[in-house]
Amino acid sequence: MTEPIIETTGLTREFKVRDGLKRRTVLAVDDLTLRIEPGEAVGYIGANGAGKSTTIKMLTGILVPTQGSVTTCGLRPVQDRRRLARQVGVVFGQRSQLWWDLPVRESFRILAAIHDLSAAAEKERTDELVERLEMAEFLGTPVRQLSLGQRMRAEMAAALLHSPRLVILDEPTIGLDVLSKQRLREFLVAERRTHGTTLLLTTHDMGDVERLCDRILVIDRGRLAYDGDLPGLSRTVGAERVLVVDLAESIEDLTGIPGTRHLGSEGHGLRQRLAFDAEATTAARVLASVSERAEVLDLTVEEPDIEDVVRRIYAARR
Amino acid sequence: MADSLGARTRPYRAVLASRARSQRSYRASFAVDLASSMLVGVIELAEIWVLFHNVVELGGLEFSQILLVFGLADLCFSLADMTFGHCDNLPTYLRAGTLDVFYLRPQPLLLQLVTSDISLRRLARAAVGAVALVVGLTVNDIAWSPAHVLLLLVAIVSGYAMFAGMFVWAGGAQFFLVEGAETTNAFVYGGRYAATQPASVWNRPLWAVFGFFFPMAFTGFLPALWLLGVEAPLGLPDWVGWCAPVAAAWTWVMALVSWRLGVRHYQGGGG
Repeated sequence: MTEPIIETTGLTREFKVRDGLKRRTVLAVDDLTLRIEPGEAVGYIGANGAGKSTTIKMLTGILVPTQGSVTTCGLRPVQDRRRLARQVGVVFGQRSQLWWDLPVRESFRILAAIHDLSAAAEKERTDELVERLEMAEFLGTPVRQLSLGQRMRAEMAAALLHSPRLVILDEPTIGLDVLSKQRLREFLVAERRTHGTTLLLTTHDMGDVERLCDRILVIDRGRLAYDGDLPGLSRTVGAERVLVVDLAESIEDLTGIPGTRHLGSEGHGLRQRLAFDAEATTAARVLASVSERAEVLDLTVEEPDIEDVVRRIYAARR
Repeated sequence: MADSLGARTRPYRAVLASRARSQRSYRASFAVDLASSMLVGVIELAEIWVLFHNVVELGGLEFSQILLVFGLADLCFSLADMTFGHCDNLPTYLRAGTLDVFYLRPQPLLLQLVTSDISLRRLARAAVGAVALVVGLTVNDIAWSPAHVLLLLVAIVSGYAMFAGMFVWAGGAQFFLVEGAETTNAFVYGGRYAATQPASVWNRPLWAVFGFFFPMAFTGFLPALWLLGVEAPLGLPDWVGWCAPVAAAWTWVMALVSWRLGVRHYQGGGG
């Protein structure tokens, strides 16, 4: 059996917060036990304040656990922080590890020195990242002049320059446009395929989870609420997809179609929304039923969003 | 680890070299920075000159002798400010999460913080201190001997270390205060001000704070007395100026304890 890359047992973290004059204790992470194997790609999702960032900080040695134990890459994060830093790369969507007034190229050079890469390793890895993340056009541009999409690509490269075994991404695609998101995801998929990198990412974006992760952890008020794959998650919470149809004529509400639930109509029935359970029926079958009643001009299918899935899990637990 | 010094210092050299380059790359702005930094130094010096325009002697020292005290202390402070002054930015780093980024790099936190920047413009201010020191050493009647040269060197190194330690001490305290840079500034910059004055005019509480707890009197005043052959106040032995390294060591004990407590507080105990 291989050694897990992340293992926590009863991991707990309390914060003391001042509430007016009183002090009270808040449990940010509560008795979290999990095990992640090398090579996995894990989505770590939950509402704001559910304990995601606190967990990441304990995994990387920034925060000391109140109770329980944590091992990352076989090391104790707080005591072995410096050795661990050589094996872990972290991308924070909200904070930068680049030097804002320096060209991107210069930041990479400094980071190579920080991780003590040899000249050959530095060149090889930088070239690889520049090509895969398509950064050649802005390598000489100071970081402060980059667009958000460019900056996130540079951040990603900065965190992965030392070829870490474990990459932790905290909201890596936040605020990015569809194309930039797509590019980052493709890069991560390729990185994982070529180097066997383990990914742990927190996100609010269902697209990230669908395209990158083969395992999902849902955390609720510091506790593990779900551990499994995405279809299983949808099954557990019965997350429905929504078919939105634009019709040629206004008709009455599309009720009574098997496996669907009518959510609402706009413009006197010209646009109607039907929720359907992917387990019970298919989008094509629903569309066929709708077409029997009226001509369909246009349609979109809305995927269950992560907030919705999380909300349903939370609701079921309360 | 049998790494050579060159390999071990590579991360720090890379950061510092880039900081220095980026400051010099905007020539006009760098020139203005240098000039304003020098102006600050000159104003500090003028303050003392104005004081002595009205009195001949203060705390048993004349203007030329004070010049030596000022030169020593201000040179040391400016050099420390140049290399450690950005420890003041810790509250900003804490808010922006920059400190978390330091945690993700395989170097000690404090070393990363110290080597994260260097304010070259403070060189101009150090130049003012250096000029004052040279003038002070020239115009005063000093009975030069090898011991005098040695003490001068010891005083400069120790004074630099003391002010540097003050910045680190203040940095550690910021973990608890976050909005409390004002509090630590009172001691760091207040300490600098006290260090450039004749400590013989201080009252007892001031001696307790800046004489011994934060041993600012050891940065300029006490070594200068020995160089000048002037008797130390408060019945202190005349070799007290030689204790500057002890004072520097004490400052660093405080600085490292403060830093360690601060980091523990940030991480939430243990460590």
